[in-house]
Amino acid sequence: MGLIRLDSICKYYSMGDQTVKALDHINLSIAKNEYVAFIGSSGSGKSTMMNILGCLDKPTEGDYFLNEKEVAKLNQNQLADIRNQEIGFIFQSFNLLPRASALHNVMLPLVYKGIGLADRKKQAVEALEKVNLADRMDHIPSQLSGGQRQRVAIARALVTKPSILLADEPTGNLDTQTTQDIMALFDELHNEGQTIIMVTHEDDVARHCQRVIRLSDGKVVEDYYNENKEALHV
Amino acid sequence: MFSLIESFRSAIISVKAHGFRSFLTTLGIIIGVASTIAVVSVIQGLSYSINQQFEGFGSNSISIRSFTPRSERMKGKIARITPEDVEMIRKQAEGVEYITPTLQSNIGGTSAIKYKGNQAFANVAGTTYTYQDVQNLDMKYGRFLSYSDNQSRRKVTVIGDKLREELSLPENPVGSFIYFAGEWLKVIGLTEPKGSFFGFSQDNFAILPYSTMQGLNGNLLEPDIFLQLQLKSLENLDSIKDKLKRIIRKQHHLKPDEDDDFKIETPEQLTSGISQVISTMTIVLGGIVSISLIVGGIGIMNIMLVSVTERTREIGICKAIGAKRHHILLQFLIEAVVLSLLGGIIGIIIGYGLGVLAAASIPNFPPANVPLWAVGIAFGFSAFVGIIFGILPAAKAANLDPIDALRYE
Repeated sequence: MGLIRLDSICKYYSMGDQTVKALDHINLSIAKNEYVAFIGSSGSGKSTMMNILGCLDKPTEGDYFLNEKEVAKLNQNQLADIRNQEIGFIFQSFNLLPRASALHNVMLPLVYKGIGLADRKKQAVEALEKVNLADRMDHIPSQLSGGQRQRVAIARALVTKPSILLADEPTGNLDTQTTQDIMALFDELHNEGQTIIMVTHEDDVARHCQRVIRLSDGKVVEDYYNENKEALHV
Repeated sequence: MFSLIESFRSAIISVKAHGFRSFLTTLGIIIGVASTIAVVSVIQGLSYSINQQFEGFGSNSISIRSFTPRSERMKGKIARITPEDVEMIRKQAEGVEYITPTLQSNIGGTSAIKYKGNQAFANVAGTTYTYQDVQNLDMKYGRFLSYSDNQSRRKVTVIGDKLREELSLPENPVGSFIYFAGEWLKVIGLTEPKGSFFGFSQDNFAILPYSTMQGLNGNLLEPDIFLQLQLKSLENLDSIKDKLKRIIRKQHHLKPDEDDDFKIETPEQLTSGISQVISTMTIVLGGIVSISLIVGGIGIMNIMLVSVTERTREIGICKAIGAKRHHILLQFLIEAVVLSLLGGIIGIIIGYGLGVLAAASIPNFPPANVPLWAVGIAFGFSAFVGIIFGILPAAKAANLDPIDALRYE
């Protein structure tokens, strides 16, 4: 049984009197410990896919099962709990709180989880150590480089030990070298058993993933496994 | 509870991060609370000192004074409490511990007091030894009038410090003789100064034995006596008042349809008039200045709304990583409350300072007094303002859609 099961998922937006089909009857299943990349040109429905998988948005039609739970039946607070505990978000523009230190940023999801201050600090420090940023935890985001910021964001996503890591163009704002470093970190996490789903338009990045799903006009047009997965050679 | 503490933590971080703006935001509340506290403290100081003055009457004493109703005054009649009335009360009234009659000097223009070429005008009254307790007088030098002073009509007097100064009497005037109304009076005591009240000195007086005063007044004019009655207990206050009323009405031959030509007052009656004025003053002035608190609250709401817009993206991030509606709501609400409470605390301190300053800069004004209830109300009101004006921005923040908020640039 898959970790994620999408059953005829549709998402429509109305633009004036036109209806845009961002996602059009998508059937998909993703198992535990998969390393999946959604690729496609802009407007193909990648971001909508991310929002629905991340429980930020609800599909117009269709059923989404996450860990056997039917997401459509959950209320706002239950969805918040899912986002907090089952999903770790990583964004293209990092989306860290600008005035809070790295440590505070990583501790934030634990606040919503209801963890006490001492435990929170301990778990956040562990997560930062995992991304090799333990020595930078008192810095605020503007004092960190792009790669370091994305590491903080990854630590924040990991700190609640989520079932899925959802990354939306995680290397879109980074240079080639930093991209390599971040992807190496993702590969490492995957090797440790983390389920990772990312959206990208860079073939180099997609090549790291086990499975590649190409979207076009809201439909799945390709779904294949990478045979020469670079991560395996690392 | 947990999220409450967390919200406080994050609110304080946020207030600190925007130090100067937070200060400007709270300025409205600071001014509002400060002016409220300043006004209340000055008025309360005033009322406190008035109550102090009246404490001298003692809680279980009543006073009787003559009072001429307007209709009688038209007919040229002037009511008096006479020595005969006093005698009758002494004989017939029940439950009275002792009576302290006070006889004002009515010697008119000649009431100047002289000592070695100096002359002064003072309030001269004749009374008995019980007056000291009733008026709470403490002696600085010498002694107060005694029972026998009255019995033997001694020509002695107890004076206040202001009169001593005016006459240039020595620091300890006991033993000096002062001249009043054709008689030399020996000073036997000087009272502790009481200071001034509403700008009038309370130490400008000379007190003579009641009988001596009667002698000085002569028989030319009917004396008018002011009576203070010390009661054994307050339990039968009403029945004692009724009895006194009947005695004096009978003495004055008043017909049933005629009004009383005297007034029986309890200390509560004396103070209630003034305290009523003061409480009205407190409410009106407090009301006016508390309008500025509402204006301050609107200022907080304004800044909080700006802050919500500014932090839309942050709110989106928080929602994406699991913040529930109430987390965001509480965070912004508590931030507003923290801001206004901060303003409240600073305002209370400044207001107290202003009150003390105002009281100190007006001569003879009683010291400012900030009652705890005013601090409580100022504190509670500023928290209330924070909640009321924080709800709208907080609700706006909490209701943001996470996707829209994340996309917000």
